[in-house]
Amino acid sequence: MLLKKINFYFKNTHTDPSGLAVFRILFGLLMLFSLIRFWYKGWIESLYINPKFNFKYYGFEWVESLDSYTYLLFIVCAIASLFVALGFKYKFSIIIFFLSFTYIELIDKTTYLNHYYFVSVLSFLMCFLPANKFFSLDNYLDGTSCEKIPKWTVDSIKLLICIVYFYAGLAKINSDWLLKAMPLAIWLPSKYDIPLIGQTFMQLKWVHYLMSWGGMIYDLAIPFLLLNKKTRPFAFIMVIIFHLLTKILFPIGMFPYIMIFSALIFFDSGLQKKILKKISSFLRLFKKNPRKHINIKSVSFIRLHLSPISKIALICFFLFQLLFPFRYVFYPGELFWNEEGYRFSWRVMLVEKKGATDFKITDSISKKYFYVNNRDFLTAFQEKQMSFQPDFILEYAHFLGNHFKGQGHENIQVFADSYVGLNGRLSQRFIDPKVNLFTKKESFKHKKWVIPLNDEIKGF
Amino acid sequence: MIKKISLALFIFIFTFSCSSEDDNQSDFLSNSSEIFDSVVNDDITLGFDRSAMLVFWADNFIMPAYKKLKDDLSVLKESIASFNEEPLQANFEIVREKWLSAYKTWQHVEMFNIGKAEEIYLSSFMNIYPVNEDRITSNINSGVYDLENPNNYASQGFPALDYLLFGLGENDAEILEKYQPSDNNYSKYLVSVINKMEAKTNTVSNDWDSYRDTFVVSTENTATSSINKLTNDFIFYFEKGLRTNKFGIPAGVFSTDELPSKVEGYYSKLYSKTLALESLYAVKNFFIGKAFENDALVGDSFQSYLTFLNAKKNDTSLSDLILSKLDTAISSVTELSDDFTSQINTDNNTMLLTFDRIQSVVILLKVDMLQTLNINVDYVDADGD
Repeated sequence: MLLKKINFYFKNTHTDPSGLAVFRILFGLLMLFSLIRFWYKGWIESLYINPKFNFKYYGFEWVESLDSYTYLLFIVCAIASLFVALGFKYKFSIIIFFLSFTYIELIDKTTYLNHYYFVSVLSFLMCFLPANKFFSLDNYLDGTSCEKIPKWTVDSIKLLICIVYFYAGLAKINSDWLLKAMPLAIWLPSKYDIPLIGQTFMQLKWVHYLMSWGGMIYDLAIPFLLLNKKTRPFAFIMVIIFHLLTKILFPIGMFPYIMIFSALIFFDSGLQKKILKKISSFLRLFKKNPRKHINIKSVSFIRLHLSPISKIALICFFLFQLLFPFRYVFYPGELFWNEEGYRFSWRVMLVEKKGATDFKITDSISKKYFYVNNRDFLTAFQEKQMSFQPDFILEYAHFLGNHFKGQGHENIQVFADSYVGLNGRLSQRFIDPKVNLFTKKESFKHKKWVIPLNDEIKGF
Repeated sequence: MIKKISLALFIFIFTFSCSSEDDNQSDFLSNSSEIFDSVVNDDITLGFDRSAMLVFWADNFIMPAYKKLKDDLSVLKESIASFNEEPLQANFEIVREKWLSAYKTWQHVEMFNIGKAEEIYLSSFMNIYPVNEDRITSNINSGVYDLENPNNYASQGFPALDYLLFGLGENDAEILEKYQPSDNNYSKYLVSVINKMEAKTNTVSNDWDSYRDTFVVSTENTATSSINKLTNDFIFYFEKGLRTNKFGIPAGVFSTDELPSKVEGYYSKLYSKTLALESLYAVKNFFIGKAFENDALVGDSFQSYLTFLNAKKNDTSLSDLILSKLDTAISSVTELSDDFTSQINTDNNTMLLTFDRIQSVVILLKVDMLQTLNINVDYVDADGD
């Protein structure tokens, strides 16, 4: 019975294609704008070209920095996002976008942000969706356009967005966030220079608690409020308020706009058609001969032929999205401290962590040693990120070991002198100073050389 | 209706959020905040008065310290002039004495690497050590040199004077010999060095007269605001200028072997401890807000800022923790020999222990204090999550 229903859902339920078309256009334009903004701010140079050494994701050590060709990669990615917006050679464009964007992200994990990961994940999903079947240049070229597309294609985007919100909400159910209002109690008072609220509300303890609890409830509830037709307009207003508030308070770039526009996918075709109409009339302004009609045949619906491989890929993709964020349960110790299973899990804005980590290069036989000046090898941003994340510390320790080996030093041992403060706690030693990190290998196993946090954080 | 409300809301918050990114707020915002300020009584403003702290820093630390340095250097310059006229032992002693007191004042100034000082690289002209002896010698012999050239940073400033006043011979007689007859190349080099030091210091000190007003109002939490920059400068100085240069490098922390000749005040063999202690006192006074050369005057400082933020770590206040570690470091330095070179040569472990104690203050400043103040490491510019 259930199987039949599922089968029916995938084969025979259809929906209006305008929602996906709107989504495609907004996504493409936002990405184009983000990439230009990134370039304009000089970040291509400061984040991808200036560093002498890049921190790699485990398993992606083969991803090389392209140095000044990184600009080329950004150009490719920007053109692809424009083509996605136009719906021009869509399938090819979105695949190129996914690959180039993800490659950029893989160059250096120093720049990891959940919202970049969201873009990668979303664009991967979009490779499988018929987002160019309506209101696209591809229609114009093919001479056909669709009146209906399978409903699951739109629903899959909704599902992904729901996972992001809900998991972000779950992650906020922890004692630091709810009982200590941490780290908002550190961050908000430092926003004293915001007009009106900075010197007043941002300084109040109850405001920190209100925003912590409010954020948690918002994240958990918003998927359901968006899914429900009755609550949808209210939910969308909440989405706007919430994300623009975060935009005012935190330097989070384009993410609020991405989430706001993404939420439009939940609306039904009435609104979507209006948006497309607006775009049409806007485009018509540029047309030389407005009376000339383009002949596009309407096809009643398409059967989206997904190859078995695509089907398996999509199933695995969603299983991964549902399960991977929970991998932390397999690791002992505090998640926020050890960061084992922290990334790729929609844990957003949960920790204020700062570290100071220096490395001691020792000759195991003569016992002679010296400390390294991190800034000889890392940018300020890399040093900051390295100082409190165990996998960064290990990777950098190996880089230093190999570097000094190459310089002719012998019997090299690398020790870390590392202190980290988490969510307002007094800083404590982070890495066992007696462990020679040069002998430790990166893996998915628990890193025993991280000294446990001398406190407990309860919750998800 | 809902659409209209949400559109209006969107546009309102959008403009609001965009302008908060800019350094210059739009008129609308500053107007409304003025109105708000006038409505809300000052007593209700809950934030810490950062501008008052900046005023205190400028008026009671930075400007008086520069003023004092300016005066000290002018006295030193006069003493050099008298010595060059009559290159006698007695006059030489006076030059050395004036050099030391100016050098001690410098320890109160080096951390304020902001504004003009940063722009003209004041520290590079004042305190790069170890000196480049060969370069100094060749400068003196040729009589042709450009002290503006970065290659000459290690041939001028206090360390170069240290070399010229203490390092030119085995004993005072040998050194004095170099300055005979008066007005020779050695004397001329002394004059060039002090002139450059005085000129650079005057430039910075005079600039503060106008820069002050810009400085004290720049209270925002941005990478370029006075408050964030000076906080970063303070911590950078403590870590680099104080910990690394005065202790770490000579004790061999950053090299395989000890480098005892890289201490500050190397040639005098008398003053490395004096200078280091002076610098630690300067740091401590700035931290607790005891005005420059006026212990009775206490104002806003990192200590009161941390107290305002109620920064507690395991029931102890963070500023108490920092102060107690700082005092441990100071008492550790007190026990070292006056001459760090001989300390390193005879018992480097005590020197290393001192380094560790200073390092534990660095951790508290860099990790705990910066986290509490939520001030970012300078010039890290990227989006966050």
